[in-house]
Amino acid sequence: MSESEKKNELNRRQFLGNMLKTACGVGLVGLGLGAYSNRASSMPANYVRPPGALPEEDFLGACIRCGLCVRDCPYDILFLGEVGDEVATGTPYFIARTGPCEMCEDIPCVVACPTNALDHDLKDIEDSRMGLAVVIDQESCIAFHGLRCEVCFNVCPIRGRAISLDMQHNTRSGKHALFIPVVHSDACTGCGLCERACILEEAAIKIFPMHLAKGELGKHYRLGWKEKDKAGESLVTPDTEHRYNLPEGVRYDLQGEGLIIEGEAEETPFSSNPLDTLNSGFMDK
Amino acid sequence: MVDMTTLGDDAIAAKGWFKSHKFLILRRLSQLGILALFLTGPWFGLWIVKGNLASSLTLDFLPLTDPYVLLQAMLSGVVPETAAIIGVVIVLLFYILVGGRVYCSWVCPVNMVTDLAAWLRRKLGIRTTSQISRTTRYWMLTLTLILPLVVTGGIVWELVNPVSMMFRGIVFSMGAAWIMIAGIFLFDLLVAKDGWCGHICPVGAFYNLVGSKSLLKVNALQRQACNDCMECYVVCPEPQVIKPALKGEKKGLSPVILSSDCTNCGRCIDICAKDVFSYGGRHAIKIDEYKCEGEINRGVRV
Repeated sequence: MSESEKKNELNRRQFLGNMLKTACGVGLVGLGLGAYSNRASSMPANYVRPPGALPEEDFLGACIRCGLCVRDCPYDILFLGEVGDEVATGTPYFIARTGPCEMCEDIPCVVACPTNALDHDLKDIEDSRMGLAVVIDQESCIAFHGLRCEVCFNVCPIRGRAISLDMQHNTRSGKHALFIPVVHSDACTGCGLCERACILEEAAIKIFPMHLAKGELGKHYRLGWKEKDKAGESLVTPDTEHRYNLPEGVRYDLQGEGLIIEGEAEETPFSSNPLDTLNSGFMDK
Repeated sequence: MVDMTTLGDDAIAAKGWFKSHKFLILRRLSQLGILALFLTGPWFGLWIVKGNLASSLTLDFLPLTDPYVLLQAMLSGVVPETAAIIGVVIVLLFYILVGGRVYCSWVCPVNMVTDLAAWLRRKLGIRTTSQISRTTRYWMLTLTLILPLVVTGGIVWELVNPVSMMFRGIVFSMGAAWIMIAGIFLFDLLVAKDGWCGHICPVGAFYNLVGSKSLLKVNALQRQACNDCMECYVVCPEPQVIKPALKGEKKGLSPVILSSDCTNCGRCIDICAKDVFSYGGRHAIKIDEYKCEGEINRGVRV
């Protein structure tokens, strides 16, 4: 091996060695970044993405952290995640309790988004699903104590459909009604106006991300009565008419108020109208 | 060895202070001016440019989008909006013409931090060297483009990218991003000369590739006048790019600094007392391969 070949060999070794070192270093950085990104893709439950935001995983790939949605929000509710926040750096969010989405009809934040991280197919703000309102604490919500409040019901921009009032019996007083707020996921957009409006120190109704707010029925579940309606008949065993073992001349019909004795009507001395009975005394005398 | 205490004195003596800091001042004006355009809105309610360097909208009309971040988004499966595509095309065309790393020296806010670190290194005489290769940035670039493909976290690099973090920090809110910036400053000051911008930053590597055939170039057309003071090598953030153009006459190398590592910052033009360097076109020089350099110089200088 000549002198220059030796030198070349040395250079090649050095070159390959350096390259290997660099590759290893950068590979380690990559591992670190990958691990960090997994951690950073979780979000605190009270952080809400703007309307039209893609599912979180897709959102983090689509959002280029430009802040144009923040700038175009006329109510200035949106923030960009800072370093050290528990939300991916530079991505937009709002906090319903302090600044809920006011549900602009023209959805300027979505229009501003250059990458479809906020889905441009969202044309009607009522179709957005930023999260879901949940009446999370029945112990502190004053409606459950029988007090009239209904603030969440009244501030809801989709009043009556996203939150309805369910009247229930007040067992404490025995004579009053409870006006219980009930959220309907088919209409609630998760804007958070109810959470901000809740009169309690800590809101009893809160916006949660869908995956935290909702349960999900097992995919194999079939509701028998719905299947029956669809098929027109029972799918399991044929319907058998219920037979009551009753004495002759008696039948049972709930809509007709239970046991009905055939022919009884003629035999009774009383009219079906109780006033007739009360009045009859006067007539006789 | 260049005497750091007298660095730049010759140029000041020959050309005066302003002429020997001309492009440095212009670059600072450019960097701060771009920030100012984004800040008049949030500070004074005068909206000139909205957004940040990732994507912006000027005067509610002109969209500009960073091709590097959009590429990462597309690799994680995004189909961008028309505005973003238009914005990317405009930005790409600009940097293809003037040189990709013009982004680094005339736009990027981190440049002010690393320039300060480099200046302090010279003042304090810090001479640490590191083993980090200048090719590391391409490995980093590759890594940042692979991560969106394999990790569910999307544009992973943007979680830690100090460039966008600093700009967004100034225009929106800084949070703890200053720690990152301080880290880069200390790294450049104490560990490696031009450590971040010249060795690691994948953003610079990306723009380097974008501008690899750019038209605007620095050249050393007056290289016969060079008095070997070496000051250009000292102030240059990518000193390896100078030698072929400045000292390549005997080897028949072009006086144009052809390496796309060159950030077109113009510090070599400022610092040279002999006016060896100037801005010019990439191809204008081909002519004087056949003619005497001296004759045509004045004609092709911009």
